[in-house]
Amino acid sequence: MLTPRRAAPLLLAGVAVALAASTPAAADPAPATPSPGAATVTKAGTSFLTATGVAAGQPVRVAASTGEYLYWSFVASAGETNQVAVTVTLPERHAPATWTVDVFDGLRRRQACTAGAQSPAVGTGDATVTLGCTLRQVRSWAEPWSGDPLPGTYYVRLAVVDLPEQDLGLPVQVDMLISATSDGDGGPEAGTLETPLVPPVRAGAVLTAQSADAAATADTDGTWLPDFSARWIWTTAGGVLAAVAGVVGFGLTRRPRRRP
Amino acid sequence: MIIRRPSAVLLGLAVALFPLGVAPVAADETAPTEPPKVELVLDVSGSMRAADIEGRTRISVAQQAFNDVVDALPAETQLGIRVLGATYPGDDKAVGCKDTQQIVPVGPVDKEQAKGAIATLRPTGFTPVGLALRAAAADLGTGRTTRRIVLITDGEDTCAPPDPCEVARELAAQGTHLVVDTLGLTRDEKVRRQLLCISAATGGTYTAAQSAAELSGRLRQLVDRAKDTYAQTPALVTGSDQCAKAPLLSPGVYTDRERFSEHRWYRVPVGAGRELRASVSIALDRPVNRDYGVLLRATAADGRELVRGTDAGSGRTDVLSTGLRWSPPSEPDPSPSDTAATVGDTAVCLVVSNSFSARAGAAQSPGLPVELTIDVVAASPAPDGPGLGRGWLLLTVLTVAGLITGVLAGWLTRWWVATWRTN
Repeated sequence: MLTPRRAAPLLLAGVAVALAASTPAAADPAPATPSPGAATVTKAGTSFLTATGVAAGQPVRVAASTGEYLYWSFVASAGETNQVAVTVTLPERHAPATWTVDVFDGLRRRQACTAGAQSPAVGTGDATVTLGCTLRQVRSWAEPWSGDPLPGTYYVRLAVVDLPEQDLGLPVQVDMLISATSDGDGGPEAGTLETPLVPPVRAGAVLTAQSADAAATADTDGTWLPDFSARWIWTTAGGVLAAVAGVVGFGLTRRPRRRP
Repeated sequence: MIIRRPSAVLLGLAVALFPLGVAPVAADETAPTEPPKVELVLDVSGSMRAADIEGRTRISVAQQAFNDVVDALPAETQLGIRVLGATYPGDDKAVGCKDTQQIVPVGPVDKEQAKGAIATLRPTGFTPVGLALRAAAADLGTGRTTRRIVLITDGEDTCAPPDPCEVARELAAQGTHLVVDTLGLTRDEKVRRQLLCISAATGGTYTAAQSAAELSGRLRQLVDRAKDTYAQTPALVTGSDQCAKAPLLSPGVYTDRERFSEHRWYRVPVGAGRELRASVSIALDRPVNRDYGVLLRATAADGRELVRGTDAGSGRTDVLSTGLRWSPPSEPDPSPSDTAATVGDTAVCLVVSNSFSARAGAAQSPGLPVELTIDVVAASPAPDGPGLGRGWLLLTVLTVAGLITGVLAGWLTRWWVATWRTN
């Protein structure tokens, strides 16, 4: 029965399935390692406006004081899942403390961590404390009313939130690394955010009269095609499989040819 | 061949579509017109004679740190140095508490001259911290950019009033964008409290320096920060107590002050096809009770709530922030109140409220510092529907659909052929 003519579509289907299976599987969060050749950042900002920009994979090493609020910002694009890993080397102290790492989006909205030790308590004997936060996957579009993570700037704030006053001001060393894994999948809607959530940093101006803001209507210059992602492969493979199945189904209805 | 072709198509698609990522943060800042300004304020009171930092006197450690800072000073940074308690050795408090001088004026630094002035300092008198802070603020002048004061002291203010913490709060409230970072050379409890209060009131930091290397490194870091951050100064605005009279804001960053439980209103014009983005941060510059919250609401002119952003927290923090997005509906709202105003020039009202409560003894006024960020960008319309799919279920459904179609097509063909033959 399995003549070469019949085998070809089956082979094709097998390959398509293999293709589909191999690519879209989201990689497990690999242990964060700095990108080779990335320059170490030795600064941290002290507020949202002065946050120090950091790229994913770029190591950060900063000397700071206990009680300081340290801010960094990074840029995330649709489909990315970002992880923040922080290690704080602590001095000798009097009492237990709690450290916390908070992540905010470009609108300064608090972002949930899906995994990681976001605010660990540290005893007096510990020399270091390790913090981590895995963010939700960044979507390509969301309703204005939702709090879903969108492409744009993200802020990381590291602080000690609970400690006795006498331990404030002591020197600490902070190591931080932001890593990003991406499968390019920006969510099922396939919409796009016209402008990423990058907040303005310039001083504003109070308007005197109601002058309508530049009423440029959003002409969608973007393409209607979604960005390349695993969804393209899945859908294409599905089409191929459907076609093959159609041919097979058609073949099944034919009567076995009578031998002459 | 059949297999290779779809993969080539996919590759082509990948090449064509991959670069359409997020554009990096646009650095469209114009060059600031003012150089960064920072003043170091050093306590040279009698207690600086104590030799308790790695066997060296506090003043010698501070002098060495200052020399390091002067050597490593970025070219564009303007540095001034002010001392307190440096000249009057007597016991008359009235005179000793006026003892503060600027030994290096704020400006481009002559390194040799600055080092010479630092070398002559001898621990002498009282500790008029409050007065020195006021004078330092005057030295730095007023301008649109942030100025930094770095206060290095080993002792509590011995001259209150004015209480240094009150002075710091007063300077912060003047809206001159002053940040005071403090460095304590002892771990005395009263000193720490006072320095923490000063730094918290102005959004600065407190460090307890315990070695020469620490002091030197920290001082350099703080002076460097002046260079990095001085240009980021928001515009001052005063919110109104009702929407109709609220100031109309264009995109940018603003600061304001809001008292406990106060509501502050602002308005932003949002045209059709545009999206409003607003975020607010309220800074905790004084002790507040443990639990707190911030609420930012966008309302239409008639008071209807459009969207809200909220955050709450408890414990120690510097700012509490929240934000919101809103875009006008693409078709005119059918509600009767909107018939008069066209959607094209809707002014959205924003109201900032807080649920902080002052701890006993904390000042009620001036209000807490509020930072407001407004942006109006092109709206992102809702996509028509799901585009591409993924997952094994999708493959199964497509395959089964293909199979059923094939079988139906086969049967139809057979039926048609049979009918054709019989005729």
